Amino acid sequence: MNANDEDKIKQLLQQALPRVEGDPEPDRDLWAAMLRRLHARPATPPLISWASLDWALLAALVLFAAAFPASISVLFYCL
Amino acid sequence: MQSEPSDVLNEFRQGSVAAFETLFRLHQRAVYGWILRIVRNPATTEDLTVETFWRIYRAHARFQPSHGFEAWARRIATNAALDWLKRARPETELDAEIPTRTAADPAISAELRAKTAQAFQRLPPKLRIAAILSVVEERPGKEIAEALGISVSAVKLRVFRALRSLRKDLQQQGITP
Repeated sequence: MNANDEDKIKQLLQQALPRVEGDPEPDRDLWAAMLRRLHARPATPPLISWASLDWALLAALVLFAAAFPASISVLFYCL
Repeated sequence: MQSEPSDVLNEFRQGSVAAFETLFRLHQRAVYGWILRIVRNPATTEDLTVETFWRIYRAHARFQPSHGFEAWARRIATNAALDWLKRARPETELDAEIPTRTAADPAISAELRAKTAQAFQRLPPKLRIAAILSVVEERPGKEIAEALGISVSAVKLRVFRALRSLRKDLQQQGITP
């Protein structure tokens, strides 16, 4: 695509999707909707996340394997 | 966007809802305008503005007051709009009721404009955002790069790929721009 083709397609796009002019604003005050959203879902993350449970499970497996080395082959078989 | 006192930014970082409301009222119009330029649908834009500020509030602890609120909000707004574009069907119609002043070129038929808009909707969302902000809205490359979290040269590359794909799509329909 050369520069001339690029200019033509740009012009076509500008005609197909006219530029949004001025400083548009919402039809209503959105703070009420924002408050509903804030109250619907607390922003505080849960104390125990799935990621921490994954790490706890991995640590338990490592400890188990260290305590019972014979179980390592069984664990690999299960994997 | 307007500037805000640094104590408001610090209070927001601590999780103050009052400070968040101050920032919301200062920036909601700018965030709304930015998202409208991307999704071009007022009703969707209102929802995405609330979604953006919800994400902003949720991330308050990660906010760095020294970096300013404006660019951070714009980046989160862009991500929210991008997520919506990924979920929306390509056939979603663009809203004709957004405020525009561009006069239609009589040399370009309404049918060609409609087909171009439809072909544009079929482009990958990441290319669409770069092209619409750069070519249609004529925003500075640096501003687009910051909002997308990429370099200015990556923005230029995305715009080029968008235009090339758009041209190819139109050519497949027998239209030579």
